[in-house]
Amino acid sequence: MFKIIKQLTSVVAMFAVLFAFSTETMAAKKSKTLENTKKRGFVRCGVSQGLPGFSNADESGNWTGIDVDVCRAVAAATLGDATKVKFTPLSAKERFTALTSGEIDILSRNTTWTLSRDADIGLTFVGVNFYDGQGFMVRKGSGISSTGEFKNGTSVCTNLGTTTELNMRDFFDSRGISYEPVVFEKADEVVAAYDAGRCDTYTTDKSGLAAQRTKLSAPDDHVVLPETISKEPLGPVVRQGDSVWEDIVRWSLNTMIEAEEYGVNSSNADMMKTSNNPAIKRLVGAEGELGAAFGLDNEWNLRIIKQVGNYGESYKRNIADTGILPDRGPNELWTKGGILYVPPAR
Amino acid sequence: MNNIIKKFIPQILAILFVVLIFGFLTINAQTNMDNRGIDFGFDFLSQESSFDVQFSLIEYSGSDSYARAFLVGLLNTLLVSFISIIICTILGIIIGVARLSSNYLIKNSAAWYVEFFRNIPLLLQIFFWYYAALRALPMPEKANAWFGVTYMTVKGYYIPSMVWQNLNVFLYCGLAAIVSIIVLKNYASKLRDTQGKQIPFFLYSVTLLVVLPLLSFLFGGVSLEFELPELKKLSKISYIYEGGISLPPELIALVLALSLYTSTFVAECVRAGIEGVTKGQKEAAASVGLTPNQVLKLVIMPQALRIIIPPTTNQYLNLTKNSSLAAAIAYPDLVLVFAGTALMQTGKAIEIVSITMLTYLTISLTIAAIMNWYNKKIEIKEK
Repeated sequence: MFKIIKQLTSVVAMFAVLFAFSTETMAAKKSKTLENTKKRGFVRCGVSQGLPGFSNADESGNWTGIDVDVCRAVAAATLGDATKVKFTPLSAKERFTALTSGEIDILSRNTTWTLSRDADIGLTFVGVNFYDGQGFMVRKGSGISSTGEFKNGTSVCTNLGTTTELNMRDFFDSRGISYEPVVFEKADEVVAAYDAGRCDTYTTDKSGLAAQRTKLSAPDDHVVLPETISKEPLGPVVRQGDSVWEDIVRWSLNTMIEAEEYGVNSSNADMMKTSNNPAIKRLVGAEGELGAAFGLDNEWNLRIIKQVGNYGESYKRNIADTGILPDRGPNELWTKGGILYVPPAR
Repeated sequence: MNNIIKKFIPQILAILFVVLIFGFLTINAQTNMDNRGIDFGFDFLSQESSFDVQFSLIEYSGSDSYARAFLVGLLNTLLVSFISIIICTILGIIIGVARLSSNYLIKNSAAWYVEFFRNIPLLLQIFFWYYAALRALPMPEKANAWFGVTYMTVKGYYIPSMVWQNLNVFLYCGLAAIVSIIVLKNYASKLRDTQGKQIPFFLYSVTLLVVLPLLSFLFGGVSLEFELPELKKLSKISYIYEGGISLPPELIALVLALSLYTSTFVAECVRAGIEGVTKGQKEAAASVGLTPNQVLKLVIMPQALRIIIPPTTNQYLNLTKNSSLAAAIAYPDLVLVFAGTALMQTGKAIEIVSITMLTYLTISLTIAAIMNWYNKKIEIKEK
């Protein structure tokens, strides 16, 4: 009898310890994410399963793309080395769960910033690294030249778990056109089904259409319609509840954009330390104590510019030179007629 | 006293252990969700879903609620499972009996069929049927009519739909036919038991089943018209059929893959069942003068079924659960619609995944209950 009671108490004690431990680890601390990242030695970044220009892996497993560069910038700022990133490819369906459950620390996966995502599901959007909009791709031979020519019964291929599904319903409903949504989990399956003639049109963000078109068996037989049916501001996302980490990711992105604005790039960054312009000097860590606010050293932004480059370099390398979207459109600096405008780093 | 302690303490400990684990998981999830500002609750079910679904058995549009979207997904899962279970049972019985055939060709083809389809992963088979179908099937404008009025195309299988007048009268006649067959069956067994007379019961029931509904057409004002699918132009090169019913290629590919795959397992169950009945039973039945048909129907099958039913139930359950692979080829089942799109749009991961799990559990338990009831009915009645 005594023995049994003893066993019972030990079980209860074990659970008590477990509980105490779990509540202790759950208490919100100042940038636990940063601490863990430094301890781990790499940044955990969620990306797409392969979208050329945004996040795409080559044969040897090297990731490139403008979404990838955001994570590399954070790695350069926090760990001093832009290559210290572990990329996790995620489907649209998995991405938010992976972030909120703590499997990754940054989600940089052409994700649209919307009210409900920002407010409802424990996420915080830190900025916009690509202004996009939803469009439609059709076969050239169909003779369709605008979205106004879609008829009742049009079948539409698209991705599961995206704002695309909602936009397309708004679009067809408001025009009173009946349509057949064919929804796949993976982008490659959408492309295969559209290519096989299952659908009359393929809808997703226009940058995505431009990128996926290259995967079709005869890319030149397809055309993206001119209309844009939605606003799709794409940007990196972090978990709610760690405002310091949130700031680090936000200002890593902002640094890249501001560097382009001031003409600082990966090759001239070191020389800019002696610039006459205080704004430029702050940008390369030669003036002010900007890093201290995040618990980083003072050259965090210089490392981003040197190792990853400014936004213009990233865009050129990943999107323009690969022929996906040579024209920057709205993703040009505000000083050059675009809408890229970031708060000043001071 | 000591005995009671020995008996109950381990059980109380076990219960305590389970409760503590669940409590820990709940509190853990709750704390983490609070930290990240996620609310827990099922209010979202009554909100507007604002997405459309490709294929639905009930009226549904984006202005309906998430609860209705759940129902749409559930019905699609049940539909694909139901059709596949029927096809795999029929196929399974044929193949299973064929494996016992004395004809070398039939026996070996059946064996090859079984080994081939059960040894390739199901997901691969689903992809094969879907993409093979998409590659092989013609565009709507080039499709040849099957049976004159149906069209198999890359966008779906188009069949005529039925437009009924006074459908209820027809259904009442059908019901009357079924009731009279049951009455007839009771009368036939009574006749056999008391006077030893056999009447051609099967022939009578088929006649009843055909004649009564036919009468409703002649005298009950019932009429049936078919709405044929007609080709419609969407753009210069793209066409679609309008009118009639369209079965999406996703449904067809999924039914094909599920039923071909599962039929191999059912076939093995059937073979095992028939081989499990001892040879003496058959010989004894023949020696009392039963015809070969009667031997199979009255002696072999009732005994074989007892062996066949329990493992076959497992296969039905597997099939139903496997139908959740539908999401891979865009068939809007429960997983794609509810645990996919709805989960993404609401972010209610815990709620939606638990509802989905509970639903599959309920479906499986229901199938198991039905099969257990049937098993009970046919098992040996000991007196």
